[in-house]
Amino acid sequence: MKAVGIILAGGNNSRMQELSNKRAIAAMPVGGSYRSIDFALSNMSNSHIQTVAVLTQYSARSLNEHLSSSKWWDFGRKQGGLYVFNPTVTVDNSWWYRGTADAMYQNINFLKRRHEPYVIISSGDCVYKLDFNEVLDYHISKKADITVVCKDMEPGIDVSRYGVIRMNEDARVVEFEEKPMVSHSNTISAGIYIVRRRQLIEMLERSADEDRWDFVTDILIRYKNMKRIFGYKMKEYWSNIASVDSYYQTNMDFLKPEVRRYFFREEPTIYSKVDDLPPAKYNAGSDVRNSLIASGCIINSKVENSVLFKKVFVGKNCVIKNSVILNDVYIGDNTHIENCIVESRDTLKANTYYCGENEIKVVYENNERYVL
Amino acid sequence: MIRKEMIAMLLAGGQGSRLGVLTARVAKPAVAFGGKYRIIDFPLSNCINSGIDTVGVLTQYQPLRLNTHIGIGIPWDLDRNNGGVTVLPPYEKSDNSEWYTGTANAIYQNMNYMEQYHPEYVLILSGDHIYKMDYEVMLDFHKENQADVTIATMPVSMEEASRFGIVIADEEKKILEFEEKPEHPRSNLASMGIYIFSWKVLKEALIAMKDQKSCDFGKHIIPYCHEGGKRLFAYEYNGYWKDVGTLGSYWEANMELIDLIPEFNLYEEYWKIYTKSDIIEPQYLSSESVVERSIIGEGSEILGEVHSSVLGAGVSIGKGSVVRDSIIMKGTCIGENVMIDKAIVAENCVIGDRVRIGVGEEAPNQFNEKVYAFGLVTIGEDSVIPSDVSIGKNTAVSGVTTKEDYPTGTLFSGEVIIKAGDAE
Repeated sequence: MKAVGIILAGGNNSRMQELSNKRAIAAMPVGGSYRSIDFALSNMSNSHIQTVAVLTQYSARSLNEHLSSSKWWDFGRKQGGLYVFNPTVTVDNSWWYRGTADAMYQNINFLKRRHEPYVIISSGDCVYKLDFNEVLDYHISKKADITVVCKDMEPGIDVSRYGVIRMNEDARVVEFEEKPMVSHSNTISAGIYIVRRRQLIEMLERSADEDRWDFVTDILIRYKNMKRIFGYKMKEYWSNIASVDSYYQTNMDFLKPEVRRYFFREEPTIYSKVDDLPPAKYNAGSDVRNSLIASGCIINSKVENSVLFKKVFVGKNCVIKNSVILNDVYIGDNTHIENCIVESRDTLKANTYYCGENEIKVVYENNERYVL
Repeated sequence: MIRKEMIAMLLAGGQGSRLGVLTARVAKPAVAFGGKYRIIDFPLSNCINSGIDTVGVLTQYQPLRLNTHIGIGIPWDLDRNNGGVTVLPPYEKSDNSEWYTGTANAIYQNMNYMEQYHPEYVLILSGDHIYKMDYEVMLDFHKENQADVTIATMPVSMEEASRFGIVIADEEKKILEFEEKPEHPRSNLASMGIYIFSWKVLKEALIAMKDQKSCDFGKHIIPYCHEGGKRLFAYEYNGYWKDVGTLGSYWEANMELIDLIPEFNLYEEYWKIYTKSDIIEPQYLSSESVVERSIIGEGSEILGEVHSSVLGAGVSIGKGSVVRDSIIMKGTCIGENVMIDKAIVAENCVIGDRVRIGVGEEAPNQFNEKVYAFGLVTIGEDSVIPSDVSIGKNTAVSGVTTKEDYPTGTLFSGEVIIKAGDAE
């Protein structure tokens, strides 16, 4: 593959409420057994990209732990590898990453020292499968300076939290608005870009000279009429998890057979860190309907339309309905959970009641767990 | 010079013929267990958890699955610069080339492998038991007693004792005598087939006995050391240990995992069991599914009912199907409205719609009464069962079967269909 990969994983989003207290969005658990960043990483690995840099900043502990070994995604070869770049203080810089462009600019030596002609940039908080070779072929055939992967959203969906794009007949981007109040297009940027490496270095250096630090507003939008920016429309599943609602919805999507088949059964495979947990166990009294259950779970009661991540313990006489229970949650007996997202490693006491009334409730307890 | 205090030699070359069609194409240590694992995962995980990072795995019978599973030892953290896991198949020599003819003969043929680590102690393990054991504690016992050989033993009931090799020891646990499957046992300490040898003693014994035909630890090496006046001690182990040598005990050991808090608990944080897992996605249970008292592996899709069963990874159970008291291994696909009762279905089988497995009265198996007993139905890996057939108890099926193989539409209790090559 003639490209290096960059995954932007530094971000936080207030729309995630308490869920992003603990970790960067790219480290959010998704689909029962994965982390959000697994999708971008697996896509890069499956597209035979050998060198990938992950740029992190906000609350990176959980993410660093997940990336502690690169073997799960088959990186870590003699040629190439997986690099994690946190902001560092150097002789001529003492800033945090001031934006996505700055994050890349501060690591510009990484870009300068590579030999691959192209760079593929992906955000770490999207759930999708994509063969970057196809996008690169498209990029070359269009003689584009930058290719933006984009996606048509269903009519009626609020696109105001995305970058919204309008293209001409030739698929050249003629309009690009970041998080518009009102929008006339339902085509959004998927947060995935291809740029020629030298071109990217040049644009990053110039923006830095002008004290501009954001890749979308200061490069894509600013250079829109000067550079040839093209849109590549992806048809398959794509979802951004950076709000509580979309995070919940994305996890619930995995209950649909077509989404499950697409991500779990069809090639190429999505990889993740292996946790060496025993298989799930269903004791007498378990009654599980239309739900995803990850390994290491022990279930003693009713679970319906829910996604249980790894190592969840569900006590007796509980009802869990329409909920997402993250990793390693202990749920005491007689507890009712409905329309909730339960934060990982939580301990929910027996005889408690959690219900999201008109919206999804994020459950974030800090109870002690007594382990025998 | 590389120096390891203790290295392990894991005997994994046996067929395990009493597991019938389950081991037709894989060695017994590679047979699946507990919804996720293979039998060899238990001794391998015990090694790394006990701090032993150099393990030689001796293979001979049908080693492909075993080789693929072990690879370079990544799942057990046994991919090391120094030591790690090494698969040791029999090899050709300039003269006297032979297969591994016995447990001790296999070890003797790999003298060079052991020699390169300059060990002080060698741990001999077999790859067909389910247990968690800290070999370091056993080594401490060996050192404390200044033993030459330590044999791991386990108390069994006096009635059972006549099925085992029995060790008679004094109060200090020094071994006085052995009895192989005695009719009237004088002790209830059974040998578990796990030994620690001081390297010099092992080396001397192996060389002295090198011309012994089918040289075996229990039959030849241990008696040789005993007669030579070496210090032999019995280490008493009191945890869970299960020999899954027969279809009945294999089935039972799997079923024991279903208990609310099983004696052998895989859910403890301490002493993890590691395995190679290539399926990682969560399992899906549909709106019509009923699952209780069961263990289910990753990525399985359940549209029917599962009661008191152990299912491996990537198993699919169709609508209206009912699986009860059974073991279904990795990748097996079960159609709609199937009924399965007390069966062992090996990996990657396809069971057609409306098949009924485990029906009728028990009858002794006509092909091999000892192997196919316990009222179980055993289906070998990659088998295909066509739609609408019935299969009785104490039966075995192996290979791709079609409607023509069931002239009456039923495989009666005690009958066998084996189409896959060298199955026994």
